[in-house]
Amino acid sequence: MSLVARHLEEAGIPTVILGSALDIVEHCGVPRFVFTDFPLGNPCGRPYDADMQRAVVATGLGLFESASGPRTVVQTPYRWSADEGWRDRYMEIRPEDVARLAAMGAERRAFRQEMREQGRVRAE
Amino acid sequence: MTAQHVPYMDRTRRYYAAQGFEKAYAWAHFEDTPFTPPGKPVAESKLALITTAALYDRQATDPRLVASGDTAEPPERLFGNDLSWDKRATHLDDLNSYFPIDRLSELVSEGLLGRVAPRFHCVPTEYSQRRTMTKDAPEILARCREDGADIALLVPL
Repeated sequence: MSLVARHLEEAGIPTVILGSALDIVEHCGVPRFVFTDFPLGNPCGRPYDADMQRAVVATGLGLFESASGPRTVVQTPYRWSADEGWRDRYMEIRPEDVARLAAMGAERRAFRQEMREQGRVRAE
Repeated sequence: MTAQHVPYMDRTRRYYAAQGFEKAYAWAHFEDTPFTPPGKPVAESKLALITTAALYDRQATDPRLVASGDTAEPPERLFGNDLSWDKRATHLDDLNSYFPIDRLSELVSEGLLGRVAPRFHCVPTEYSQRRTMTKDAPEILARCREDGADIALLVPL
């Protein structure tokens, strides 16, 4: 998505990204970013919390006019939960996951190989 | 207290390494970042809404293509089962938590935004950055221009 924002911006359409993957977006470099420190999936605010969602989106609209240069990042003030455990659980690899992940990878490689042989591989 | 931000690039590298993929994904990185100041106030602008979610329950093996939908009659939900997001911590049951179409309409009514462009757009998140830069991003740009969008709001899952 960062690449699309850069492309639009280069072509003269100002952009704002609302998102939660701060490191990935900052690594790329985008014009304007509203960061909400939530689990990936709800970049516009907590589900069913219309007031929070409106505030996040309004922050984004405000950033079009307040940003004076690229890589402008604003963080919203929200906290997902008192339990911060979600941060460690995302893509967590527990000892009991190791064999399952290895098997999953092997399956994916075999599938890709099959696709390649059938000439159905997606352009990369 | 400030909690530690999740290091997504590091987590993803470790996760795929655990699956036996030897080559780590190289996330896009640029020294320079473009910037275009808005040509008119947001309150007079037409906004294009762009998501990484899909119009249907796409399977991992389906081709990922640029798609568009009607903002006057938005879908009840969008789909992201084939994308990476925190499926343990949250869900996509509330459209406006990741595709804020109703919130934007409210902000138009309140006069903070001019209007929403007639179509919204779905961007495929491709493994290939070259494909995104040479095919999908130009296609999104073309559609935004056809709709006369002045500004764009991008909401990746």
